[in-house]
Amino acid sequence: MTAGLWQNWVLPGIWITVQLLVYSAALAGVVAFAVGMARTHRSGLVRFLAGFYTEIFRGTSALILMFWLFFVLPPLLGWQLVPMWAAVLALGLSYGAYGAEIVRGALNSVAPAQREAGIALSLTPWQRMRLILLPQAVPEMIPPFCNLLIELLKGTALVSLLGVGDVSFAAYLVRLATQESAQVYTISLVIYFVLAFVLTRSMKVLERKTKRNVGIEPEPGVLGGMFAKRAEAKAAGSTVSGGVSK
Amino acid sequence: MNWDWSAVADFMPRFWDGVLITLQILVLGSLISFTLGLVWAIGFRAPTRFVRWPVNAVTEFIRTTPLLVQLFFLYFVLPEWGVQFSALTTGTIAIGLHYSTYTAQVYRAGIEAVPPGQWEAAKALSLPAHRTWFAVILPQAIRRITPALGNYVIAMLKDTPLLAAIGVLEMLQQSRLESASTFQYTEPLTVIGIAFILIAYPASLLVRTLERRLVR
Repeated sequence: MTAGLWQNWVLPGIWITVQLLVYSAALAGVVAFAVGMARTHRSGLVRFLAGFYTEIFRGTSALILMFWLFFVLPPLLGWQLVPMWAAVLALGLSYGAYGAEIVRGALNSVAPAQREAGIALSLTPWQRMRLILLPQAVPEMIPPFCNLLIELLKGTALVSLLGVGDVSFAAYLVRLATQESAQVYTISLVIYFVLAFVLTRSMKVLERKTKRNVGIEPEPGVLGGMFAKRAEAKAAGSTVSGGVSK
Repeated sequence: MNWDWSAVADFMPRFWDGVLITLQILVLGSLISFTLGLVWAIGFRAPTRFVRWPVNAVTEFIRTTPLLVQLFFLYFVLPEWGVQFSALTTGTIAIGLHYSTYTAQVYRAGIEAVPPGQWEAAKALSLPAHRTWFAVILPQAIRRITPALGNYVIAMLKDTPLLAAIGVLEMLQQSRLESASTFQYTEPLTVIGIAFILIAYPASLLVRTLERRLVR
């Protein structure tokens, strides 16, 4: 692979992939929290609509949604989306639906007594959500959100089929130019792997921070965590805990 | 915007061909991912780290890189190495391989959930390794993980349109061919979009029922 191909296609491709990831993750985050919180709403209608949204967008394939937004929506609405934004919209909406399930699960896993205490203190529903439920639910959400973010990173490769010049599109062009596939596809796989690795590392840091905010001591590294758990299990087996249930 | 039912009717023959190919990919891909996933999962627990580490590294790499790029890799690079497969075979292998790294994690969780007493009992009865795995551990593990495996089959269904990128004639590619010949973009794409929901939603309900029945 020549330096020109590298500079003109692969490096800008990495930048486009990162941009796509950031924009669609932002959109997916907004959708996930909005729809996920709506699924715990008092009103049955709101819950139904949010559930309907998740089932529709989880039911269909992100690629088909992307093609649909790009080819079907323009004659329908009379305006055309730039491929990049069709891609961001499709990725954000469908991965947001997966994220909504994570948010709902984490909100439901907060001990019910916490919500009842909020009612007893006559906080408004929004105050309960903001001050009691979310701070405790967010640390629970981070590991599944990290997985979802990796899925989203992998999803960004789909945009190359709309002709957006991301890493996979660059790989395709380089293959056409050099008539060699092994090298360029190996490189692009490694690029995605490195991006994913950076993401998982930084989400680990974020998890520790949010856990500390609600007073949960973060587990030490992978190995340390295993030893700590083992010691804990031993302690729990030998002593009778004073009615503290986990 | 005008919806043309006759375009939908014209698309139907191609549509059913596409559905058949999609389901074929799904069934074969699931079989590959279930068996290969089990191989990885047993590799995770191998007695020597010379097996454990490479298996971990390879599955981690396949799991965190996009299926689309892997598809292109297999489709363009394998012929350079002298291995010729049809697009359909390449695509099915790629999707099965990709999802095997997910099912491997599911198997791993299922195997770890089997109480250690079961391993010890198998050892006390001096069962050989293959009897320990296939008669004691796996039957208990698989019952618990069936719903999770089902979820990955549904996820795999939603990734089958990617195979259109290498020209496999599944649902999306059929709709693109239809659009290319009739210049109707709206109807074929919408039909397959709805078809995916109609297949995936009942399937997810089925998985939820399985979850209720099997896990407890």
